[in-house]
Amino acid sequence: MELFTNQVLAGIATGAIYACMALAVVMIYQAIDHLNFAQGEMAMFSTFISWQLMQWGLSYWTAFVVTLAFSFVAGIAIERILFKPLAKAPVLTNVAGFIALFAIINSSAGLIWDFTIKQYPTPFGSAPFLGSQLISTHQAGMIGVTVLLLLGLYFFFQYTRIGLAMRAAASVPESARLVGINTSWMIALGWGMATAIGSIAGMLIAPVVFLEPNMMGGVLIYGFAAAVLGGLSSPFGAVVGGFLVGVFENLAGTYIPGVGNELKLPIALALIISVLVVKPAGLFGRQIVKRV
Amino acid sequence: MTQLLNVKDLRAYYGQVQALHGLSFSLNEGSLTTLLGANGAGKTTTLRAICNMVRSTGGIEFDGKPLNNRSTESIVRFGIAHVPQGRGTFTTMTVEENLQLGAITRKDSAGIVSDIERMYAHFPVLKQRHTQQAGTLSGGEQQMLAVARALMLRPRLMLLDEPSFGLAPLVVRDLFGILGKINREDKVSILVVEQNAQLALELADQAYVIETGRIVMSGNAKDIANNEEIRKSYLGY
Repeated sequence: MELFTNQVLAGIATGAIYACMALAVVMIYQAIDHLNFAQGEMAMFSTFISWQLMQWGLSYWTAFVVTLAFSFVAGIAIERILFKPLAKAPVLTNVAGFIALFAIINSSAGLIWDFTIKQYPTPFGSAPFLGSQLISTHQAGMIGVTVLLLLGLYFFFQYTRIGLAMRAAASVPESARLVGINTSWMIALGWGMATAIGSIAGMLIAPVVFLEPNMMGGVLIYGFAAAVLGGLSSPFGAVVGGFLVGVFENLAGTYIPGVGNELKLPIALALIISVLVVKPAGLFGRQIVKRV
Repeated sequence: MTQLLNVKDLRAYYGQVQALHGLSFSLNEGSLTTLLGANGAGKTTTLRAICNMVRSTGGIEFDGKPLNNRSTESIVRFGIAHVPQGRGTFTTMTVEENLQLGAITRKDSAGIVSDIERMYAHFPVLKQRHTQQAGTLSGGEQQMLAVARALMLRPRLMLLDEPSFGLAPLVVRDLFGILGKINREDKVSILVVEQNAQLALELADQAYVIETGRIVMSGNAKDIANNEEIRKSYLGY
């Protein structure tokens, strides 16, 4: 029983990271109808920035905040420079854009910081949380930061005018322009926010997976699995999907004989395919109630 | 009377296809003007060209200021509210959020709150459903919501694209009654595009008839309604 609880809690902790990645993917998907394959690499690069800042002597939280700001601006810049010109281009052109972005960021990170694995600090420590062996303080911190982030985003989208405008621009762009919303900048803003959210995921998972240019590969696949499971049109679904995938992954690795650590990733891919076959809209995918 | 909207030699294109062939008309401040014509005559294109949602050449002046080459979202800030064909409802959002979006360019939050109440007075059904997802409203209710959303801008000019489309005759009567009231009481100038010529001519003071991208007839709405020849050859009733 203790093993079970332990695995569930650990699953929730990594699930928090998947939730962040899924949320970042869904935000961009809502804005431009494309899956950002480079989301993980963007998060990895941000994490390297924060690591570099700490190497230069900044405290963890200062580096954290500076990295958030950097990621936000970088996200906007990527949208303006690379994807705004592609807005009306065919799907494949966009896919090529994402793959290019992936390769560029991955190689630049390798070039600047090389491919050796680096330790990454945690501000929460790794002692048992509240004296319990079930979960470490870092895992608790991962859950805590994610919950705060999600609450903040909920209030932003539900109760601020700019949040309302962003939702409008994503749901009916033409009508949004007709009420005076600059939809193009709303998309850029969505990129900025998604990139910042991804950077949080990167900085929180780095102490677990260690810092290196390919650190986010697996995490992003879980993030995609979470987004597909929850429904690509639903930010709420993405978050729930993230936690579900995290728990599912851990339980499968523990209890299904022969899965272990090696087969966890194929399980995520199997999950993506099964969901797409059985329920393409995902658990919380939008079912628009429409009367004509 | 001063001219609020002045359109000169408007030509519009969808890709290689030209949809408007040098169309000119004007709308006086405070007037309720209607553009009539058959399917495909270019009525919707004219409205879309005014808001720069389709490629066009020619002169469009609003209150003496040129609107050409401005983005759709900046044209709204002149006080031009466009209710598009199909109503453009934000279906996944609540009725109240739809109204707030209509006022998204305004800064006076107290005024917005009181205007929402004013809209609920104009359209009581929207108050009953203010927390409901807008996509669940009936067609008529969604049209009311679209008009209310446009009014939340406190527009000087409202462009309405086929407001009667798909609505029951009684609902259309109701809606047109409200439009007339808004025009008279709130001093909002209205340009309405309609296929239902009979009803539009009852409501409007000025009318233009479009055929294949050109104005073929213009004048006082009553005169046009009373001219049997025009009615038969262009308006089909």
